[in-house]
Amino acid sequence: MSSSDTTDHPLTIRDLNVAYRRKVVLWDATADFPAGKLAAIVGPNGAGKSTLIKAAMDLIPSVSGSVSFWGKTYQNMRHRVAYVPQRESVDWDFPVNAREVVAMGLYRKVGWFRPVRKAQREQAQAALERVGLGDFGDRQISQLSGGQQQRVFLARALVQQADLYLMDEPFASVDAATEQAIVQVLHDLKEQGKSVVCVHHDLDTIRDFFDHALLLNMRVVAQGDIDTVMTRENLAIAYGGKHHLLDRVAREIREEELQR
Amino acid sequence: MIPWRLIIFCLGFWFLGLGFAHAAESHLLPSSADIWRVVSLQDYNTRIVFIGTALFGAVGGMVGTFLLLRKRSLMSDTISHATLPGIGIAFIVGELFLGYGKSLPWLMFGAAVTGLAGMGMVLAIRKLSKIKDDAALAIVLSVFFGFGIALVTMVQQMPTGNAAGLEGFIYGKAASMTVSDGWLIFSAALVAGLVCYFFYKEFKVLCFDASFAASQGWPVLLLDVALLVLITVVTVIGLQAVGLLLVVAMMIIPPAAARFWTERLDRTLLIAMGIGFISGLLGVFISALYPRLPAGAIIVLVAAALFFLSMVLGGARGMWFRYHEHHELSRRVRRQHLLRSIYEWLEVHGKRTDLLDDEFTLDDIRQYRTWTPGELEGGLQRALQHGFLGEDHPGRYHLTGKGARDALRVVRNHRLWELFLIQYADIAPGRVDRDADAVEHILEPDILQELEELLEDEDTRKRIPLSPHRLNGAVHGGAA
Amino acid sequence: MDWTVLDGWIVVTGALLAMACALPGTFLMLNRQSMLGDGISHAVLPGIAIAFLLTGSRDWIFMLAGAVVAGVLTGVISNAIEKYGKVESGAALGVTFCSLFALGLVLIRIAADHVEIHADCVLYGTLETAVIDGVVNGAVPQVALQAIALLLVNALLVLLFYKELKIASFDPELAEAQGIPAGRIKFGITMMTAITTVMAFEAVGSILIIALLIVPPATAMLVSNRLPVILVLSCSFGILMAVMGHWLAITPFPWLMRELLGLDSLSSASSTGMMAATCGLVFMLILLIQILLRQQKLLIQRDST
Repeated sequence: MSSSDTTDHPLTIRDLNVAYRRKVVLWDATADFPAGKLAAIVGPNGAGKSTLIKAAMDLIPSVSGSVSFWGKTYQNMRHRVAYVPQRESVDWDFPVNAREVVAMGLYRKVGWFRPVRKAQREQAQAALERVGLGDFGDRQISQLSGGQQQRVFLARALVQQADLYLMDEPFASVDAATEQAIVQVLHDLKEQGKSVVCVHHDLDTIRDFFDHALLLNMRVVAQGDIDTVMTRENLAIAYGGKHHLLDRVAREIREEELQR
Repeated sequence: MIPWRLIIFCLGFWFLGLGFAHAAESHLLPSSADIWRVVSLQDYNTRIVFIGTALFGAVGGMVGTFLLLRKRSLMSDTISHATLPGIGIAFIVGELFLGYGKSLPWLMFGAAVTGLAGMGMVLAIRKLSKIKDDAALAIVLSVFFGFGIALVTMVQQMPTGNAAGLEGFIYGKAASMTVSDGWLIFSAALVAGLVCYFFYKEFKVLCFDASFAASQGWPVLLLDVALLVLITVVTVIGLQAVGLLLVVAMMIIPPAAARFWTERLDRTLLIAMGIGFISGLLGVFISALYPRLPAGAIIVLVAAALFFLSMVLGGARGMWFRYHEHHELSRRVRRQHLLRSIYEWLEVHGKRTDLLDDEFTLDDIRQYRTWTPGELEGGLQRALQHGFLGEDHPGRYHLTGKGARDALRVVRNHRLWELFLIQYADIAPGRVDRDADAVEHILEPDILQELEELLEDEDTRKRIPLSPHRLNGAVHGGAA
Repeated sequence: MDWTVLDGWIVVTGALLAMACALPGTFLMLNRQSMLGDGISHAVLPGIAIAFLLTGSRDWIFMLAGAVVAGVLTGVISNAIEKYGKVESGAALGVTFCSLFALGLVLIRIAADHVEIHADCVLYGTLETAVIDGVVNGAVPQVALQAIALLLVNALLVLLFYKELKIASFDPELAEAQGIPAGRIKFGITMMTAITTVMAFEAVGSILIIALLIVPPATAMLVSNRLPVILVLSCSFGILMAVMGHWLAITPFPWLMRELLGLDSLSSASSTGMMAATCGLVFMLILLIQILLRQQKLLIQRDST
């Protein structure tokens, strides 16, 4: 089954096992993220969502399994991949402003020994405008709100002009303006034919934002088109049949199913 | 399994022995009479140095453990350097107003005051600006010590009293320890021991998660200060008795070494004290045999040797252990993959009459899941060697009785865990341990019984649990 | 106290070294490795001892090479302990430099029959005596020339690799993802620090090096949040601290001692020591002003609402 052609799939994961010390936290994860789709990775806390994309990028070692980007290794394809990490991954007291952080996404294109030029600064400014931060380019990054910092990271990924965007919980605790900006960017990316894989934890909004989903709880519960994945049965398997918090979501889904 | 650790240990000792034998031939080694004199503690002075240094090693290890866990190991370095201006000021003030400058308690008092001031400054810089901990430590260390040097150069020009060697006077050397130093160390040990005993729980919470402690209403700042005051007291006493280098080293090295052996705080404390104690003892022993070498440096080198030994061989976080753990885990996971793949393939494609009769080829299994290059071939060879598989016709394999038993266990465990994940998805991720030998060791009996009943419901005809997920290429399947 | 040519050279050399230190120091601070300077300056001792024991020569080039290698090794070993032993970075550095320094003490004792190294000059540095040869001959002192060369090399490196240094310090993960070797760049910072430390060592001693590496950048960090400004400012603070430190050491400080305490015989304090102390003074002053300003702002805000 794995021998099928995957060169047009931006990200293919086969039987990936990842362990933290003695504990295997990801079991035989197999996933295909098709091109041109907005895909979400959803699941309960501790389900290994972030682990999956970090292991795919070799940021953490895996025990077994294989990962390919357009049929090749990450090392060969990383110029086509942009990663939006969680906000906590950097020191926000660092003395740079928002535009400079965004311009960092262009450093590979600038090349060694050369300074960042006006054209690149304009590119960075344009990316900031796309996420609604056009007036914040000169702000030092610690003076931005959490949601604005998240948007700076997003803008930095945008200037990289990648074909695949990996995002680690971009919607985690952000304000409404940021959420709107991210959604707008996701739509733009889809229109441009780019692929997005996004770790997401909010079941309420997932149907509005994404069209492909991977339901994960240490193992892959279901994946595919958002409507086929987000069914009551699958959610019960992923989040636990007895989980009362899910009743509301389950009810909504049932209502939607009835309406159809 | 080959006892590699033992072999390396023995080899190491053998080489050490060779070295000693060689040294003995060339008269580099002390005579047995010398060794006996030192071991039997015939010198009064040696006795004090032995006890004092070892005791200080233990105290340093104890308070240093809390520093390490608080991620402030280098604080000891900063505090001990911040004592210098205090000594200078105390001397000048003492000479001018009190009539005596070279009184030990007075100088130590001055040292403690600026030591505490330096410590307070580190905390203040961190709290009041965006300067990080490490920079605050470097700032206070260099500034205080620089000011101290300026003061000492002034003091050296003073006519009153011979101030030369002021730092030497206060910054002692381990080898020149006196009885009063011994008592000082003993009292410091007593105080530190009592404080750590009574505040054990509080320090533990502080080191484990300060922000959690604060949210629980613990006075975090007060505890921090209490800990650092304790560190300062031990530091100042240690400076006088064993010297600056040893104070810093004994607060950093033994705790760092102890962390490799255990994950528990109480044991870390005990092991750190033990390593500090042994370093002191062994170091003094060696330096008593080689009086030309500086005792403090020898003690630090012994501690460093113990650190590197611990780093490689440590039983909880040592490199060997972690490498082995990872290696072992990968091997076990791969073996489980192989057995489960074979079993599940047979479950779908086999004749289902008897597990042992069904044959399969390498290619059957290769297509069943993704293997990293060489994983399947190597795994198959190992399974053949260990008697899990048999090969009656070339290229056609079957499970042996042993292999079938093992495969059954692996598959049953796996499916029980999968069911557990489904039934208890909300609490499961924290508890699932697929790699555990048996589910029974981790889950409560009633949960286990429920899961087993569920498995049997799915297919009562079989003793073997059915997969809750759709098997590759299978026509029947479970929930998903 | 008269200001002589000697004082002029002391200040010029001190200022040049302060600028040369501030450049790698800024990136050390941003990488949260501020104490590395402390570690490296401890490693100079074993470096010199091993170089001597290996070559049997007291040639300064061997001593310099030995010290630089030992300094770089400090960074490499403590990194390795941190990475492979999973030890917290401060403790890893502490273990490394304590062990290396102890090794140095033992080796120096073994080598002591042949070579003379004063422990005092290791700690204090002798800027006063280091510049004297130039003053006597009426030429530029060799230390000053060394300091200029050091400053030029460091400035060139920072200019050339400015953007790489920035990204490797801010987000090494992103750097690696773009094919910029963040690990090697950080090693480069260690190397630059080691060479700077060793070159400046003879003149200013280990303690002032730690002060010059970290305090001016930290002071600049209080004032500005733009990296280029911080680099320029920390160089300026370095100059200020060198000038003020030496002036304090030869004029007001002894005066204070004389007038206040009645000690007539005092002439001057250690320049390097006072420079380090001045660094701290300027830092604390600016921090204090900032806190006061912040409070005033809060008060104004409270009034206006």
